[in-house]
Amino acid sequence: MTIRTPTPRGPVRSAPARSAPDALVVPPGEITTGHARGAPLRREGPAKLTGVAKYADDLVFPGAWYGGTVRSTEAHARLDAIELDPGFDWSGVVVVSAADIPGDNVVSLISDDQPVLVPVGGEIRHHAEPVALLAAPDRGMLREARQRLTLRTTPLPAVFDPLQSGEVFAHFDIRRGDVEAALAGAELVVEGIYRVGHQEQLYIENQAMIAVPRDDGGVAVHGSLQCPYYIHKALKRALLLDDRRARVVQTETGGGFGGKEEYPSMIALHAALLALKCKRPVRMIYERHEDIAATTKRHPAIVTYRSGVDREGHLIAQDIEVVMDGGAYTTLTPVVLSRGTLHAGGPYACENVRIRSRAVATNTPPNGAFRGFGAPQVEFAAEMQVNRIAEVLKVSPLELRRRWVYQRGDVTPTGQVLRESVAGEEVLLRATEAAEYERVRERTAGARARRGADGSGREGGDRTASGIGLALGWHGAGFTGSGEVHLASIASVELTADGRIAVLTASTEMGQGTKTIFPQLAAAELGVPVEDVDIAPQDTGIVPDSGPTVASRTAMVVGGLVIKACRRLREEVEARTGRPFAEAYRDDARDHGPTRVDQQFEPYPGVQFDDATYSGDAYPAFGWAACVAEVDVDLDTGEVAVRNVVAADDVGRVIHPVLAEGQVEGGTLQAIGYATIEEIKLEDGRYLNDRLATYLIPTALDAPRITSILVEAPFSGAPHGAKGVGELPMDVGAPAVVDAIHDATGVWIHDLPASPERILAALGATGPTSSSSAGRSRSDKDVEGAVDAAMDAPIEVGTDPLPTERTDAQPFRAPTDR
Amino acid sequence: MPIQPPVESPRDLGEAYALLAATHHRPIAGGTDVMVQITGEIGQLPDRLLDVWHLEGLRGITVSEGALTIGALTTYTAMRHSAPCREHAPALVEAAATIGAAQIQNRGTIGGNIANASPAGDTLPVLLAMDAEIVAGSLRGERIVAAADFWTGYRRTALAPDELVLRVRLPIAPDREVRFRKIGTRRAQAISKVVMALSWHLRDGRPEWRDVRVALGSVAERPIRVVATEALLEGAAPTAETAARAAEAVAGEIKPIDDVRSTADYRRAVTARVLQRMIREAGGW
Repeated sequence: MTIRTPTPRGPVRSAPARSAPDALVVPPGEITTGHARGAPLRREGPAKLTGVAKYADDLVFPGAWYGGTVRSTEAHARLDAIELDPGFDWSGVVVVSAADIPGDNVVSLISDDQPVLVPVGGEIRHHAEPVALLAAPDRGMLREARQRLTLRTTPLPAVFDPLQSGEVFAHFDIRRGDVEAALAGAELVVEGIYRVGHQEQLYIENQAMIAVPRDDGGVAVHGSLQCPYYIHKALKRALLLDDRRARVVQTETGGGFGGKEEYPSMIALHAALLALKCKRPVRMIYERHEDIAATTKRHPAIVTYRSGVDREGHLIAQDIEVVMDGGAYTTLTPVVLSRGTLHAGGPYACENVRIRSRAVATNTPPNGAFRGFGAPQVEFAAEMQVNRIAEVLKVSPLELRRRWVYQRGDVTPTGQVLRESVAGEEVLLRATEAAEYERVRERTAGARARRGADGSGREGGDRTASGIGLALGWHGAGFTGSGEVHLASIASVELTADGRIAVLTASTEMGQGTKTIFPQLAAAELGVPVEDVDIAPQDTGIVPDSGPTVASRTAMVVGGLVIKACRRLREEVEARTGRPFAEAYRDDARDHGPTRVDQQFEPYPGVQFDDATYSGDAYPAFGWAACVAEVDVDLDTGEVAVRNVVAADDVGRVIHPVLAEGQVEGGTLQAIGYATIEEIKLEDGRYLNDRLATYLIPTALDAPRITSILVEAPFSGAPHGAKGVGELPMDVGAPAVVDAIHDATGVWIHDLPASPERILAALGATGPTSSSSAGRSRSDKDVEGAVDAAMDAPIEVGTDPLPTERTDAQPFRAPTDR
Repeated sequence: MPIQPPVESPRDLGEAYALLAATHHRPIAGGTDVMVQITGEIGQLPDRLLDVWHLEGLRGITVSEGALTIGALTTYTAMRHSAPCREHAPALVEAAATIGAAQIQNRGTIGGNIANASPAGDTLPVLLAMDAEIVAGSLRGERIVAAADFWTGYRRTALAPDELVLRVRLPIAPDREVRFRKIGTRRAQAISKVVMALSWHLRDGRPEWRDVRVALGSVAERPIRVVATEALLEGAAPTAETAARAAEAVAGEIKPIDDVRSTADYRRAVTARVLQRMIREAGGW
């Protein structure tokens, strides 16, 4: 095999696609005219629809080799040796181990604990951990080489249960008021333990990265990613490159959901190491199996909750403990835990709150960012508590939330005064009105009573039970605490020499609409046609570091910077020409040449957070979300069909109604998957269902009718008032669905997903004749009766429904019981 | 780089038989199982593949001699669109409609479902419930294997290594009723947790059931008939008491397992409840 040194080249441009006469074929980035409900069409939409959009795997780099990752097959072991079979001709392939890393062997993020590759003599800490890399001219040789490479290891004891782990990645402790005293004086104390498992992001495009060596000894990586500058930083650190010699270019990205926040740094490093060693482009395109087996998931969590209510029905105490499973390395876990801690109380005013949280290490693949980022786990628990308390108090869950929800001027557990943009009650009322929540609830309660009354477990032979459920949530907009100040993002706007407007940011498009809304914001601010605004490619050689595309921050934070940059550009041009910008900019570009404005983040006025004491303004503002879900439960099989969802989301300001509703619909369906079917099963730290045939998400047939109501309670710190929309719907879908399952069947499912197996077990279904016990609800009894009954019942705090157990037995405890 | 594993594409059945007689080949038709196993590196890579997709004689649906005969290469889509299938085997059409997505249904074949012998194969309980006959062929000639004798163990069949599934024959019985129900994790594109087919004959307008078949998938290492439960139902009318007894019987007769898709307890409970429900719906009470 002759190895030629390739000349680095960009992607080969293909000829324009041939198409039917009327077909609209637009190359990526080309602007399409037309509009949808007053907003421009998606910039990259036509290219995606017509198949000409170039994802990483579509890019051709002549002479590229295929890269592959050799991964551990144990959860915890010492790596003694990497053995290459001497009977194999290794001259035709390239092998990379930790010894080939010129800089620090770390994937640079929060902590320096995760190696790029496990070094010989080092510790394998999870199944599917990268140990060595291979590159070969074709896939067959790559597969052959992989079979000729053996890892010699010595097994070490592994920890899989987060409650047994002694290694803590992060912990927080937030206190307000006196929880113990308040609980002691409470009329009613409701306890619960809620467990939620892993969730896979399941972006439609697998992880993919192509590295191309540069003439200057550096490397360019092209790939599917959310955060170009995270990768840029990681490349510089491990490969000892400077800013210029490390270049990161985003390719068209088929979804991220947080799954392409931090893990692409790992793949980029792997591809770059191989490319630098074999001196040619190297493609690392994960197959789905590898992607699910090795990349990050949503953190599993165990949330223990005690809520105290006084005689008048006020929420007077919340005592919350959160344990998250971080997996084997730190990744983003401390930040995920932080957000989870700050959201754990739910959107309710309470004078006495204690939230203790910790995230621990286990010998499982590291967990990481996923839409919601720690909030869906705890808000599931918070909403379950409210719904269970409503049942005991015999108060409508809607009414209880109206009483408790934060109002303007209320104070959060960190001492943050909610000064503005507080819309919890509004989203609650809008969603429940549109869903006719109380009317439907009356009907379902009647049906449930009739089912229970004749002891037959069915109503007129119908084995389908309908239910309606409600959840309310909040989501801090942008980075937590001082995060945005530390990031100090920059966005730029340029009036180019040819009289066009260019928006330069590192904010990536992954289907959510960045490339469409930024031109909208710029065009509106400058008074120019949106078609005159271009988006610069997300290429670290071109755009400034405007921070990662995460935390629902793009529209609010970076969008705000774009507007401010446009304002300054407008002022500069108007000062120079003495004419309105819209009339003058083309002339100014011709006469004066290009003008560029770089706008850096400035702290939001009056927003202060103390990282040391965890007090103050945890977020500049919160978004608010309500979800009403209607379900049908098959009482024979436990199958749940979510029929109808009404979602009301306060996003501050709607920039693009179609894209915003798309976010609500997609997030709702992702939450329904989390609520009902999505589950990772583990054995010895390995994911058992690591294929699309076994890890299932909802299909179009599983999707309910979703009605999106967009509410606007603007945030004054952002020039346009927007607060973000991406994560809000993810926080409320699951508790609404589980509440609806309870409304239908009378049983509470405390663990996600509320699978048919858990539902049948909770219904006490050990055989076909036992179905008559279904449909009993505690709400049939009065409050005192329920409390008495619970005290008599065996206390099963923390029930994890197994199919053989009855699970509807989490206790309500009166304070006198302690 | 040669294609791995090597593929032979015979032009006619004789050539296919000769290749199979000479050395072991794994037949591949639509490839909806085999390709997943190869690219996913699941199990042993087959030594050689025999691409039977172009053996046109194995395609097609005919009605003759009191039977519906479906060629092994008939796709799920073809069955769904076939008037004779819809008329004489509506439960099979229903089963075909639950398999995979449209792309899978366009490629996947009934012969493939039969020969792949997955315990979760969705058409297989229907074939069992309809007393299907599977016709296999080789250089040695053709032979008929009853569906009840065809699946012998986990992914094992009564086929000899040199034999191909040619077609499946479903006796047409106008007074036979067949019911089908699949329980999967979601409403489409899901591998079954439990799949069931129930059939019975009504004679002379009497309410008692005759020739009852209860066939199940995903509850054993192979598609099975539960003969004790069938015996209990034989000659019985679909009353509430019958349904309750049958449910209890079937729960005792099957020995499902916990796996990545579901649990033994769930499968047992749901099998019993679904059977009870089918009988109740048939009885109209």
